[in-house]
Amino acid sequence: MAKTHVSTTINGEPVEFLCDASQTMLDVLRDQLGLTGSKEGCGSGDCGACSVTLDNRLVCSCLILAPEADGHHIQTIEGMAQGDQLHPLQKKFVELAALQCGICTPGFLVASKALLDRNPNPTETEVRYWLAGNLCRCTGYDKIIRAVMEVAADMREAAR
Amino acid sequence: MSNPTYKWIGTRPNRPDGADKVTGRARFGADFNMPGQLIGKVLRSPHAHALIRSIDTSAAEALPGVKSVVTAKDFPDQPNVIVPTGEMQVNLRDITRNVMAREKVLYEGHAVAAVAATTEAVAREALRLIKVDYEILPHVIDVEAAMKDDAPVLHDHLITEGVKPPPEKASNIAKRMDNVKGDVEAGFRNADVIVERSYVTAPVHQGYIEPHAALASAAEDGQVQIWSTTQGHFQVRGFCSRLLNIETSQIRVTPSEIGGGFGGKTVVYLEPVAVRLSQKTGKPVKMVMSREEVFRASGPAPGGTVKVKIGAKRDGRIVAGECTVALQAGAFPGSPLGPACWTSFACYDIDNIKVVGFDVVSNRPKVAAYRAPGAPISAWGVESTLDILAQELGMDPIDLRLKNAAKKGTKTSYGPTFDTIGFVETLEAVKNSAHYKSPVKPGMARGVAAGFWFNVGADSSAAAHVAEDGTVTVISGNPDIGGSRASLALMAAEELGVDYDKVRPVIADTSSIGFNFVTGGSRVTFATGLAVVNSVKDMIRELKVRAAKTWKVDPEAVVWENGYARPAGSNVGEFEPLSLADLAASAGRTGGPINGHAQLNAQGAGPGFGVHVVDLAVDRDTGIVTIDRYTAAQDVGTAIHPSYVEGQLQGGVVQGIGWALNEEYIYNSKGRLDNAGFLDYRMPVASDLPMIETILVEVRNPHHPYGVRGVGEVPIVPPLAAVGNAVARASGVRMTELPMSPPRLS
Repeated sequence: MAKTHVSTTINGEPVEFLCDASQTMLDVLRDQLGLTGSKEGCGSGDCGACSVTLDNRLVCSCLILAPEADGHHIQTIEGMAQGDQLHPLQKKFVELAALQCGICTPGFLVASKALLDRNPNPTETEVRYWLAGNLCRCTGYDKIIRAVMEVAADMREAAR
Repeated sequence: MSNPTYKWIGTRPNRPDGADKVTGRARFGADFNMPGQLIGKVLRSPHAHALIRSIDTSAAEALPGVKSVVTAKDFPDQPNVIVPTGEMQVNLRDITRNVMAREKVLYEGHAVAAVAATTEAVAREALRLIKVDYEILPHVIDVEAAMKDDAPVLHDHLITEGVKPPPEKASNIAKRMDNVKGDVEAGFRNADVIVERSYVTAPVHQGYIEPHAALASAAEDGQVQIWSTTQGHFQVRGFCSRLLNIETSQIRVTPSEIGGGFGGKTVVYLEPVAVRLSQKTGKPVKMVMSREEVFRASGPAPGGTVKVKIGAKRDGRIVAGECTVALQAGAFPGSPLGPACWTSFACYDIDNIKVVGFDVVSNRPKVAAYRAPGAPISAWGVESTLDILAQELGMDPIDLRLKNAAKKGTKTSYGPTFDTIGFVETLEAVKNSAHYKSPVKPGMARGVAAGFWFNVGADSSAAAHVAEDGTVTVISGNPDIGGSRASLALMAAEELGVDYDKVRPVIADTSSIGFNFVTGGSRVTFATGLAVVNSVKDMIRELKVRAAKTWKVDPEAVVWENGYARPAGSNVGEFEPLSLADLAASAGRTGGPINGHAQLNAQGAGPGFGVHVVDLAVDRDTGIVTIDRYTAAQDVGTAIHPSYVEGQLQGGVVQGIGWALNEEYIYNSKGRLDNAGFLDYRMPVASDLPMIETILVEVRNPHHPYGVRGVGEVPIVPPLAAVGNAVARASGVRMTELPMSPPRLS
């Protein structure tokens, strides 16, 4: 079957690729474009390890078909740091030991950024519910929630 | 308490692999690829128990793009030999059958054949073309049913071990274990109060977010390279060597970053298959499990039954304890029976103990280690029963445990006598905690439970190199599963007297460092930490020799202090101290590169004790349990990097909460798993939980230069009973079956 041609923007750069109609965005990111920061933990949208944003909307890339990206903007973990500067969430995750094995970390960071982009002042409960679609088996979530809350406070302070 | 003179130990610097792991740069198991690689997929049994009459692979082999199909006939049969795999043991005869079914399939998901093809789509299509002729056999899932006389027998050769005289007939009971101290009958006769209960636990999965993945490349000259996500790349090498008859040094295994393991990545599933497929095709072969395969075919922790009887005097002094544990081993013998038995009463100083254990096979995936393997199951029984005892005696649950707490000098039921341990200190820390002193909120109840784990030492190798500019590389061989690079670098920096960021810790492949046992048993910071410290000491010895050569004095006249070689006294002569950079710069003139090495079998792993407190509410209409507050206290020896120690406690607690409240394997009448996915196998998510408070009680391990004890496993032991005890007090109903999920509680 003929491949589908897709024109998209990934982390701000124009990207074109050919894919099968049945291929997921995650598979294309990982296997064709070399962007292996997005992880496959389940392939069914239950773990959030493959989280990306599609036109600023948080999605599981394992549930998006690659042709759906045509004409849209995708943001992955690889696009989060600016030049040699880590995003405040990335810095805080390392400082507070909000990761142990690190496999869920890209998904948590993408999801946390999506939260703070729309709600700069979340309550702990809001953070916990927003991140309820991301599974972490190592940390018990404690330090992840603290990191997101602290970054939100720091960013509000910086914006004053 | 922590030694205040330390400069680095006890601090919380950024982990050396931090930037890699927050940017997506870190390469995990499925992130490795090679040019020209094939994709391997496994055909798995749809049946819980069946004879394999024949396998026809011809149609699959004829499919364009298929390069090879393997079945059990491509793997040499193995002898009946037991080998260790971390905290568990496996039989080579069994493991080759678990990797690829031979005469029978023994569980749904059991591997029957594997293909290597040019694409994943072709590989999947090829699996559909393999014809397996099965003769379906009756199956048995649950441990009690599997122990019955008329149960379907999985292995015709399985005669119960540990029973005299040995039974004449094969059964599903692989082993009986008896563990006796004192005279339990006399103890019970002397008791004022006796409490006796039976408990059931469901099997649970380790739940690592990263599925198993391996890439193997076998060259024409017989050399093999493997990249895999594992807790022990030396074990991967060893298993592939044994299972495929390849000389060990011909195999080089590079561990990827590992996306969680919790014991479940101490065995092999894909690696031998990928190597065999690569040998047959001459191409690299990559294999990655789906989540469904992880659930159906990789090792869960066993479920089981626990019967507990405890007798005490009116004042709370326990005079006898009896525990009978039967654990599901899965399809092959080898549940964590010993640890389940030995840990059952290990927290307590009791004169009369009798523990009996049964290792039982049934048509489920072969169990693998899961964080303190076996211990949470027996602790669920013992700690629940103790709570009933405390209620019957009208005693505070911490006071009851303090009255009976094991101390230095307490002889365990399984043999050893405890050296310095911190159970009493940990109980007292909880008793004095803000949480325990706070009143229980209306509508809530409080539960308490304790837990024990031995911790492990075993084999480690390490090396330390001084680079040309005086910075240092520390090389070890244990995959970093939760921040161990940071703790190893902290110990090296402390020992050497240099800054933490001048030490770069590296995890070497199997050909680049000596043997290291698995990342498991809470052993890495203890045992590999000891090897790292010794390798740095060895390097310091060499640094002193080089300074002595520079100054033309005896090496004994040189001391190493705070990162500098200095004269030992004024009588040695007036010399400016020499830094690592100075000594590195002149190394070519004083004897060449400056390195240190160490290898050891670490003895004296310090046992760990945890005490947990939980406040929760039970909604009687919905059966939903809401955790309001949770505190975990533990004797952690010395917290080298306290953030990662806290993280171990918090993570273990939450796994334990999942075990207590939600997680279970659900089988249908055909013996097939009905919930092989994260939607239906319900692990805790962020919105289920409060913050997890931790209390680090630092009672140093006298057998480690920095007082390190293992910390990672203890915290999963107490939560099952802590939650159960709170549920009992909140609802008035003593739950004896896990999980305490809404259908059971409403």
